[in-house]
Amino acid sequence: MTTPFYLTLKEIWRNRGRFLLFSLVIALITVLVLFIAALADGLGNGNREYIEKLNGDLLVYKANVDLSIGASRLDRSQLRAVLRVPGVKDAGQASFSSVVLVQDNGNKFNVALIGVEPGKPGEPPVVVGRGLDARGAEAIIDRNVALRTGYTVGDSIRLKSIQGTREEFYTVQIVGVSDGRQYSLQPSVIVSHATFDRVRPGTPNVNTTDLVSNLIIVQLDEPANWKAMATVLENQVEGIQAVDRQTAYQNTPGYSAQQSTLDTQRFFSLLIGVLVIGGFFQIQTLQKVPQIGMLKAVGASNGLIAIAALTQIVLVTILGVSIGAAVTVLLSLTFPATVPIVFSPMAIVIGVASLMLVGPIGGLVSVRYALRVEPLTALGLAG
Amino acid sequence: MANALEAKSVTKIYKADIGTIKAVDGVSLSVASGEFVALVGPSGSGKTTMLAILAALLRPSDGSVMIDGAELSKMSEAQRARFRREKIGFTFQSNNLVPYLTALENVELMLRLNGKYDRAGRERARELLARLGLGERMNNLPRQLSGGQQQRVAIARALIHLPALVLADEPTAALDTERAHQVVKTFANLIHEQQRAGIMVTHDLRMTQYADRIIQMRDGKLLRVISDAAEIRAFAMSEGT
Repeated sequence: MTTPFYLTLKEIWRNRGRFLLFSLVIALITVLVLFIAALADGLGNGNREYIEKLNGDLLVYKANVDLSIGASRLDRSQLRAVLRVPGVKDAGQASFSSVVLVQDNGNKFNVALIGVEPGKPGEPPVVVGRGLDARGAEAIIDRNVALRTGYTVGDSIRLKSIQGTREEFYTVQIVGVSDGRQYSLQPSVIVSHATFDRVRPGTPNVNTTDLVSNLIIVQLDEPANWKAMATVLENQVEGIQAVDRQTAYQNTPGYSAQQSTLDTQRFFSLLIGVLVIGGFFQIQTLQKVPQIGMLKAVGASNGLIAIAALTQIVLVTILGVSIGAAVTVLLSLTFPATVPIVFSPMAIVIGVASLMLVGPIGGLVSVRYALRVEPLTALGLAG
Repeated sequence: MANALEAKSVTKIYKADIGTIKAVDGVSLSVASGEFVALVGPSGSGKTTMLAILAALLRPSDGSVMIDGAELSKMSEAQRARFRREKIGFTFQSNNLVPYLTALENVELMLRLNGKYDRAGRERARELLARLGLGERMNNLPRQLSGGQQQRVAIARALIHLPALVLADEPTAALDTERAHQVVKTFANLIHEQQRAGIMVTHDLRMTQYADRIIQMRDGKLLRVISDAAEIRAFAMSEGT
């Protein structure tokens, strides 16, 4: 074992109580950073999941609605016009609303009601069961509804909505279960447009002959060419605006504000990590000045001092981050499905990697300080 | 005997607000292998500054220092650090030992720093500690040792890598009289046995009785050198009473 590693391991082992205590502080910061990351992912996911996973390359809105899905209205003639544009492979209308799912045991919760055209872009693929039929009172539930209710294919669900001023209940049969497709932080029930028009909250006895939706989901022959195709669509179809999925979910209400808030929290958590780790090692270096001076006096090189100090910082950080990550994983297992926390592997890797960098960055000041300690300190002549 | 240390006309000047201060003023001295020299003088006499220059910790403003045939003034900082760990052994007044290493590990540290941590070296470290009466304390941490025991561990560490020159800065400052005598006597014996050149800076003149030569400094200058054994004893006794 090289001398710097030897010194580091001896110091940590012979002062294991102190270093374990400090590792626990790093572990707490790790838990905080990973939970904020998971919350950001969970909330972001809840807002964007349906749109992000859409089987379409472009989303068409009514022009001049600032990409507000709720304000956008598109009719069948516009869908036909979109379909006539060369390069468009397929397209389907999609509508969005919110209703209450009433379980057999009386429990209620809000779900996103999404109206789609069966077999067209917008209808999610199922992992269990089959796709929608245009005429039946059928629904596909997403994984989140299935987890919260325990319902599966063949079960019936009751949906409540306000029609005029009255509460109305509708029963639909589950024919398929899709993966997670949350929209607007709500689990989703996907139905055909015919069912959507009956169930969605609104004014009763208003019959429309034309199918009006919020969006048109467009599949392209060449998905990579989406940017140019968006312009072509806007030029050839009057009164529309076409954007890609990312632009669409970034413009859902509150999404950007929420994500930037959580990103700020994450940044400040890491900053706190830098300051705490930096502070701890700086205080420790100040306490060790006579010892460092003595080591330099007897011939220890600056390289040895620097490697020993950095190794110590890295080891303590690894220990703290590992404990924190393990605690986070264990805690995450105890959360119910309703809590919007998602531990994605990428977020964990980024969080852990950031924290691993935070340790050495925080400790750099103390390393620099240690290197500036003069060997004359050993003789009381420094300064 | 060959001179392990040769210092010629060493001067150290510090700049201060009031002008310049000559901490060491043209001091020349030499120490042979197997010789134990006591460097004494009142506070501010320049003895510790002289020790720092001899230890390759401080560059003189003028003059030259040669240890084991190597001229210190021509060395870079990195070379001086390497020279210190290979050719010089140290004991200090305080903070002598690495607090998280045992007595044995502290001694072995010099072998590790010099890349000579082998079976023979480890055996020598154990023997040296046993010789210094620390056979039962090898696995104790410094905080579990008395001041005298810590100084003896430092002496073992100063000698383990077979340096040309061994320097001790006030090694008895924190010890009671009995332990101080024990430590310096042992130190002197080992210097003689192992044929190292030894210099001890001390303000406790009673300890000079174990030296082969006393070099007295005052106001940065070499005041006198006492080499005669009877004179050394008389000097030490007169100060001790």
